[in-house]
Order: sequence, then C-alpha cells, then structure tokens
Amino acid sequence: MVTNITSLGRNGVHDWLVQRISAVVLLAYFVFLVVYVATNTDLSFSQWQNLFSHTWMRVFSLTALLSLCAHAWIGMWTISTDYFTSAMLGSAATVIRLGFQLVCLLILISYFVWCVQILWSI
Amino acid sequence: MLVSIYRYNPETDSQPRMQDYQVELPQGKDIMVLDVLQLVKEQDSSVTYRRSCREGVCGSDGLNMSGKNGLACITPVSHVIKNNKLVIRPLPGLPVIRDLVVDMAAFYKQYERIKPYLQNDTSPPAIERLQSPEDRAKLDGLYECILCACCSTSCPSFWWNPDKFVGPAGLLQAYRFLIDSRDTHTQERLAELEDPFSVFRCRGIMNCVSVCPKGLNPTQAIGHIRNMLLERGI
Ligand code: SF4
Ligand code: SF4
Ligand code: FES
Repeated sequence: MVTNITSLGRNGVHDWLVQRISAVVLLAYFVFLVVYVATNTDLSFSQWQNLFSHTWMRVFSLTALLSLCAHAWIGMWTISTDYFTSAMLGSAATVIRLGFQLVCLLILISYFVWCVQILWSI
Repeated sequence: MLVSIYRYNPETDSQPRMQDYQVELPQGKDIMVLDVLQLVKEQDSSVTYRRSCREGVCGSDGLNMSGKNGLACITPVSHVIKNNKLVIRPLPGLPVIRDLVVDMAAFYKQYERIKPYLQNDTSPPAIERLQSPEDRAKLDGLYECILCACCSTSCPSFWWNPDKFVGPAGLLQAYRFLIDSRDTHTQERLAELEDPFSVFRCRGIMNCVSVCPKGLNPTQAIGHIRNMLLERGI
C-alpha cells in the first residue's frame, strides 16, 4: 500500500466515492438553477432573493458548496500529485507540491467562508 | 522505406538522437517490424534491441512504433508505416539503457508488489487444489498476459507515478489472483490496493486496452477491482 501521502479522505475508495457523489450533487444544483432561470424569464431580484431565503434552498446551496470544495480539493490534489513529482521537478517537487496544495486549500476556504456569508446575509 | 530509430548509448552520447536508415522492403510481402530491425542491424550492428521468441510469446520486444506501443515481432509494417516512414522508439516512460532497450525494474517492482502467486492458508490436499470449470473460466482474459509492458508504458498515470500506481499490467494480474477461487488472501490483497494511488490513479483512458498485443482488457479488470474495493469499503 502507498502510504506517504496527504489527502482528504481515509483512502482512495473514500476519495473516489466523494468525487462521484459531489459530482452528482453539483449536477443537480446547476441543472436546478438553469431550469429555474429558464422557466422564469421575467425573473426579478425580489423573486431571486425570495428563492434563496427558503431554508431548503440554503441547505441545497450549502450542500452544493461543500460538494464543490470537496470535489475541487480532491481534483487539485490529484493533479498536483500527478504533475509535481520528483521525477518531473527534482528535489524541489515536495515543496512546490505542498505549496500548490496550500494555495488551493486557502482559496477553497476563503470561497467557502465568503459564500456562507452571502447565503446567510439574504 | 525510411526507418528512423531512437539511438542512445549512455557511454558515448550526452543526448539521445534519431538516426535514419534506408531499408528495402521485399516486394509483395508484408514483413514485421522486427524483420525491419534485423535489416537495419545488418547495416549497422550497433543498433540495440531486445527480442527472443519472434512470435509474440515472450514479450521482449515491446516498442513504440510510429507512436503506438506493440510487439515488433507481430506488428506488420503496413500497420505502422506513415508516408513511407517508420519511427521506432523505446517504450515511453521507462529509463533507456541503450537504444531501444529500457530498464523494466519499475514495471517488475509493481508486478512483484501485487504478490503474483497463489496464497492459500488451508492445508494442501494430497494431489492438487481443484477448481470448477466455471471458476477456471474466470481466469480467461487475465492469465494470458506476457508482461510485455506495452500497456503500462502507454498509460499516463503510470508515467507520472510509476512508483505508486500499480499500472494496467500489474492490476490485471492483481485481479487474476483476487478472482481465483484457490486464493484465500482476497482481503489482504484488497487492503494493499485501497490507497489513492495503487488502483485509483486509473482514469479509464483505455490506452492500455488499445495497445495490448494479446487483446486483453486491463481497464475492465481495474473496474472489477474497484467494485471489490467499494463493496469492501462500504
Ligand atoms: S485505463 Fe487506466 S490503466 Fe489503462 S491506460 Fe488508462 S489510466 Fe492507465
Ligand atoms: S496486459 Fe497486454 S500489454 Fe499489458 S503487459 Fe500484459 S500482454 Fe502486455
Ligand atoms: S520477440 Fe518475443 S514477443 Fe516479440
């Protein structure tokens, strides 16, 4: 078993499942939004605001947000461990990879906090 | 026909280079790429490659011919020739020892890792462990692998992480022992494979399937392993 790794889930099975489930959640969320906008052609701001003030919509949005973060993290982590390896970059690889992962993590956390603030300010 | 061959001798060359040879193909006959290499070697005996059985059985002459991996001995020139030119390179992703010969250590290491032998804790019977024809049939499409490495060296995931991702050849064999009714170490084998690299680096691109000279399907075997891991994990 390969053990010298940093990732989110317990193992590859877990990551794989999270990646699939989060993809389904995101698909459902964006299909819902697109259909909503398409079927309400004369959409007004108050109507849009009203939609997001429902608890179920907040829960749905928050679930989608969590899925997005998890999905993006697993994806970016995988990309970084594919391309930023010591075979590719020599001895600097570990520093570059961890730096890249840290930047991704910071971006995702800031987006998460920012989105939660928006959702709860409605 | 023009044959362009990858040349590299670490003792004298600082860089690999491509060297061109002019080869006369026999009329009215489609020869194999290995025969072309033989003709080249008659012109220049320093050209180095590996071969043994010359009939697709030993797996020695896995090469990259005009961009596609395969066994030189069973690949007709007509299948890989482009604009009357044939480009021959070593299998991609492995260190070159000389010319077309690569160091397969990383490949064999992954094979070794999956413990490619039966493990059975029950006491052995007097003669042999029997298997029903149905159980035996499950090994078809798995046991035929000749470890030529054409598949693993065409797999981007194996190029990036040859030390962590088992690769299609190793995983095909991993499944061959996971599914064998005479093996009792299924759980231990799965536990060795559940990390994010060993199996899950496979992205299902199916390069491995498209190059396997034996017509085997590592992607399908990998799918079976993933299902076994999922069932075990949930
Ligand atoms: S299907 Fe998987 S193992 Fe086969 S080439 Fe693609 S990534 Fe590699
Ligand atoms: S699966 Fe096919 S391509 Fe891969 S090592 Fe075995 S015989 Fe060669
Ligand atoms: S020489 Fe044996 S497989 Fe080609």
